[in-house]
Amino acid sequence: MISQFFILSSKGDPLIYKDFRGDSGGRDVAELFYRKLTGLPGDESPVVMHHDGRHFIHIRHSSLYLVVTTSENVSPFSLLELLSRLATLLGDYCGSLGEGTISRNVALVYELLDEVLDYGYVQTTSTEMLRNFIQTEAVVSKPFSLFDLSSVGLFGAETQQSKVAPSSAASRPVLSSRSDQSQKNEVFLDVVERLSVLIASNGSLLKVDVQGEIRLKSFLPSGSEMRIGLTEEFCVGKSELRGYGPGIRVDEVSFHSSVNLDEFESHRILRLQPPQGELTVMRYQLSDDLPSPLPFRLFPSVQWDRGSGRLQVYLKLRCDLPSKSQALNVRLHLPLPRGVVSLSQELSSPEQKAELADGALRWDLPQVQGGSQLSGLFQMDVPGPPGPPSHGLSTSASPLGLGPASLSFELPRHTCSGLQVRFLRLAFRPCGNANPHKWVRHLSHSDAYVIRI
Amino acid sequence: MPYLGSEDVVKELKKALCNPHIQADRLRYRNVIQRVIRMSKLDQWGQAEVLNFLLRYQPRSEEELFDILNLLDSFLKSSSPGVVMGATKLFLILAKKFPHVQTDVLVRVKGPLLAACSSESRELCFVALCHVRQILHSLPGHFSSHYKKFFCSYSEPHYIKLQKVEVLCELVNDENVQQVLEELRGYCTDVSADFAQAAIFAIGGIARTYTDQCVQILTELLGLRQEHITTVVVQTFRDLVWLCPQCTEAVCQALPGCEENIQDSEGKQALIWLLGVHGERIPNAPYVLEDFVENVKSETFPAVKMELLTALLRLFLSRPAECQDMLGRLLYYCIEEEKDMAVRDRGLFYYRLLLVGIDEVKRILCSPKSDPTLGLLEDPAERPVNSWASDFNTLVPVYGKAHWATISKCQGAERCGPELPKTSSFAASGPLIPEENKERVQELPDSGALMLVPNRQLTADYFEKTWLSLKVAHQQVLPWRGEFQPDTLQMALQVVNIQTIAMSRAGSRPWKAYLSAQDDTGCLFLTELLLEPGNSEMQISVKQNEARTEMLNSFISVLETVIGTIEEIKS
Repeated sequence: MISQFFILSSKGDPLIYKDFRGDSGGRDVAELFYRKLTGLPGDESPVVMHHDGRHFIHIRHSSLYLVVTTSENVSPFSLLELLSRLATLLGDYCGSLGEGTISRNVALVYELLDEVLDYGYVQTTSTEMLRNFIQTEAVVSKPFSLFDLSSVGLFGAETQQSKVAPSSAASRPVLSSRSDQSQKNEVFLDVVERLSVLIASNGSLLKVDVQGEIRLKSFLPSGSEMRIGLTEEFCVGKSELRGYGPGIRVDEVSFHSSVNLDEFESHRILRLQPPQGELTVMRYQLSDDLPSPLPFRLFPSVQWDRGSGRLQVYLKLRCDLPSKSQALNVRLHLPLPRGVVSLSQELSSPEQKAELADGALRWDLPQVQGGSQLSGLFQMDVPGPPGPPSHGLSTSASPLGLGPASLSFELPRHTCSGLQVRFLRLAFRPCGNANPHKWVRHLSHSDAYVIRI
Repeated sequence: MPYLGSEDVVKELKKALCNPHIQADRLRYRNVIQRVIRMSKLDQWGQAEVLNFLLRYQPRSEEELFDILNLLDSFLKSSSPGVVMGATKLFLILAKKFPHVQTDVLVRVKGPLLAACSSESRELCFVALCHVRQILHSLPGHFSSHYKKFFCSYSEPHYIKLQKVEVLCELVNDENVQQVLEELRGYCTDVSADFAQAAIFAIGGIARTYTDQCVQILTELLGLRQEHITTVVVQTFRDLVWLCPQCTEAVCQALPGCEENIQDSEGKQALIWLLGVHGERIPNAPYVLEDFVENVKSETFPAVKMELLTALLRLFLSRPAECQDMLGRLLYYCIEEEKDMAVRDRGLFYYRLLLVGIDEVKRILCSPKSDPTLGLLEDPAERPVNSWASDFNTLVPVYGKAHWATISKCQGAERCGPELPKTSSFAASGPLIPEENKERVQELPDSGALMLVPNRQLTADYFEKTWLSLKVAHQQVLPWRGEFQPDTLQMALQVVNIQTIAMSRAGSRPWKAYLSAQDDTGCLFLTELLLEPGNSEMQISVKQNEARTEMLNSFISVLETVIGTIEEIKS
């Protein structure tokens, strides 16, 4: 089915190339692909391209291009799934997927590809089965150590160490050094929600969508049984009702095929025996009915003097999270009319930063506390002919090109749907080592929170 | 060999597919298929392979069909999108005679498709959107309640936004038209000119059904006086006026003033056309056209000049006093000074037409037009699910039908042959139902009763005369597939002493052949073979000059055998 597979860096340098069937082209096909990709007109999709009897299908993952070629009319869903699975697998084996890690582990990658694909057909992508065949070990850039925490203060280091791990803690190779038993047995459980919101210019909510995933990364020996308990009032669908309150509701939920759902109906407990590596345990979607208020509200006010071309934009951002929570790495991106070259700004607090980049205003707020209100006043000159006398037809008072404001942010320890993991219990293994560490994290983030001006 | 599980499982499959005894025995074959479907230890790749290979299976009875569908039901709920889509395709193809089952499956796959459309992975999102569009061709109301999921987000790549805009245009219905139009209106003022233009064309598409609201929005957009917006709005108006004559009034009121903002060829052509056809309702039409005529020497696009000629002539018919002078000037320029021959020819043509007389001009330029509401809008019922079911879950919807046609033409030279769904595993030849014809081919036609005389060629005239004088004694239809070489057929017929009088060229449609044969008693058999375009059947008509039924039957069986053999050989 698949003729070739290759990985290119973000600049088009081939890092990995493997030909499975020997029926089409040679190594130059990678260069051909990159040239075609960069030369593609803007409205054509690069996902599937065709050249000379071959189809090129690729995904972009952490700035790398993973590409397969095929000459047959195969299912695009299967191919894309295969590519994502390969990306995850390579990430599992090398620690993380990036140009550096791939170049350091070329032999391992080729060995993996040999086992996963045979003559272009998928044999297996299960980490379990592959474990028996892969001999090479991953090369890591520096050995992982829990003492690398930068957030640990000098005093009270002991207590903090057991509660906090840096976010890069999970990104080490999963299956390295079988002989090395001193590797900590750990399991990381992430509840990650992606929020996308669209708010109209009059403040009404047009669309809200939450896509959630419960991801598990396990360094435990495979076969350890674990039980994950979710909030008991968690309801699926519009008609279910549990508990006394409004409950925590999602529209749809789907599970990984290996999850045992016997206790899900009664107690909302998931049972599974995960293999080593990454696994998405559960996926859910929720739209239109969030239990908690939206995290941000924007009150813009625009004053445009057509005669002189002077544009003044006053943005007031209000955070509606509970006062103990905070939002991190908030960035507001506001496209500006064409031709604006400089702007003056007045910001309400010193650690914010605003700059003009690529024809848009970029306002960075590293940390926003719940309940707080931040504002910024921006003034700029819009070039262009002095406006014609208003015909009365155009209803917008703002110049063309003052685009919708889009926010991107992270909300640690917060889930928009309200879903929480109550517990994560591991079955006792007699041959196990010291108590394995369990890290549970809840996180919401968004890169599509759009407020129209 | 794709990994489908343990050795035993693979053995089962090999047995089923490569063993002709099992293939010939319907019941045993079905048992193996059932076992394959019930295999529980397959991972998602194995499941996808099984679903793919089952595409070639044709269940014999309705009961068996629903049996299989029930067994495969769980695949539709899988968490792997490849498996879900593969199962959907299989259901659509197996249930081709049951449209309500097909609709049911498409309802069930709505959830996974919508989830894929909002996925983080842009590539998956794009592929899912292409399939959503495919489904909307047959079931336009299918996603109407989920229109919000197709609103574009600012950070999405261009190709995804374009797909979403197309989807929005196609899923509009009475309940969501207001919100969808508002959303599209927002996109029309987007920074990216391409995207804004796509949104405007989409509004034009919706305007065929919801004319008033759309025309209002488009008129407002004209007020922004932006070049890239104005040109596309005018083009949309031109298309709309043709299909929905009721909006002509509103359009004519909106037009004055646009000419200052249009610089490109397409926009100018559209504006000029509108001024020409509906000029009598637009007060300053002659003056706008006069501007164009003044600048015709510096006009770079010949297409614009052609439009100008036609439009001015039309306007002259309704407002002669204002246009006479400039028409003369324009014609003079086009005939004497214009270098582009097409423009000059048209100018000459109009001049000569005018010389004939004004009535003649009116008759030619203003004759009734065809009714635009007929035939232009394709009725969705004519695009049944079955027309694209075999393309679902392949690369065809991702490329789009037009692009795919060009791609397959390039590959066509190497891959001529019947269009079976491509399967990569288990190189079995041909479809999985054992052809009844196969057994018959083995035995030689019983020629004891019928002895055809060799080399008895009739002349074409004699054949024609005899053909027209006889009545059809027997008509039959044989299943046929794909292309073949007529020479092969001719030689095969020669072997059994059937002569070919005339035969169409290979690949021509409809394909016909006329055959003749004479047996030792002097009985003539004249045959016509007909292959219609698009049909998968060959029609055989036989005429006999003496009414002898058993001879006729023997002749028919000989003919069938030969044709069956040819079909087998090439497939």
